Amino acid sequence: MTHHNFIYIGIMILITYAIRVLPLTLIRRQIKNRFLQSFLYYVPYVTLAVMTFPAIMEATQSPIAGAAALIAGVVLAWSGVGLFPVAMSCCGVVFVLELFL
Amino acid sequence: MKPYSRHSAKNNKVSDSARTVLLCGMRDGIPIGLGYLAVAFSLGIAARNAGLTAFQGFFASLFTNASAGEYAVFSLIAANASYLEVALISLITNARYMLMSCALSQRLSPDTTPVQRLMTGFCITDEIFGISIARPGFLNPCYPIGALLVASPCWALGTALGIIAGNLLPARIVSALSVALFGMFLAVIVPPARKNKVVAGLVVLSFLASYICSVLPLFSSWSDGTRTIVLTAVLSAGAAILFPVNQEEGEIRNDPS
Repeated sequence: MTHHNFIYIGIMILITYAIRVLPLTLIRRQIKNRFLQSFLYYVPYVTLAVMTFPAIMEATQSPIAGAAALIAGVVLAWSGVGLFPVAMSCCGVVFVLELFL
Repeated sequence: MKPYSRHSAKNNKVSDSARTVLLCGMRDGIPIGLGYLAVAFSLGIAARNAGLTAFQGFFASLFTNASAGEYAVFSLIAANASYLEVALISLITNARYMLMSCALSQRLSPDTTPVQRLMTGFCITDEIFGISIARPGFLNPCYPIGALLVASPCWALGTALGIIAGNLLPARIVSALSVALFGMFLAVIVPPARKNKVVAGLVVLSFLASYICSVLPLFSSWSDGTRTIVLTAVLSAGAAILFPVNQEEGEIRNDPS
């Protein structure tokens, strides 16, 4: 089956917008269900972690450089460095390491 | 920013004209936009691998404004996945925005119009949520709108540039830039993991499970999207059953990055 890029993009835009706007317009009070609340609380961490590893090692030319970027990112974020400096430092680690690898 | 006490919050709308707040949001959107420009470049590289044109990438980013969500969808497009998979992964990767939206709904003045609510929802990204929730008192919708007006075009432009220049740049530079998104993901998940041992354990477990699923013969045939959906549902549900959060914890982290 052939798929069209604009249909893919349209689905993504609609679903993403619905998620953002529905609570603001419909749910005027807090979610009370404890399981649902806990589930929603944990979801972003699991999703982002699963998407990051091992994918970060496949994104670079050398898996070792990807692994080093992962370690650098974790250490910097742990020590309180902001979002964009962490992202740029990961790029820097890969760039420098791949000069040698 | 003028220091308001909680008590004067209700007067926000009276004392601050819509235009002033909009401009204030735009000013605070500048550093966010600059960061977006750089990170979106690496998103553009993923979009190029999926076969998107620069215009399609620009359009997708301008109206979606989601890093993890867009990245996951572009990976699916590259794998010629079904529309249903794209819908599901959009739902999962952006679920955190639902929490942010719930949190923001508690901060809008009761006389916020439906149109203003629809526009505020469109502006929820990790960073704009962060700076908006940090404002004292009721949130004037003009503030996130102003920030988005600056940040979103940067995000879209960065994506388009990644698609165009990803071809022109040397492989080593593309390789380095392609980890920017992952660095941003780490910067989102690591600080809360430092504060909360359950989150820390869950992140490590997610890394392990994801790795095992990518190498074990039984699971390695799963697409990246399927792996993300299944592991997110299973691990988050498990954590929610074993370690239910308190009402306060359940509120979204409200520190801007």
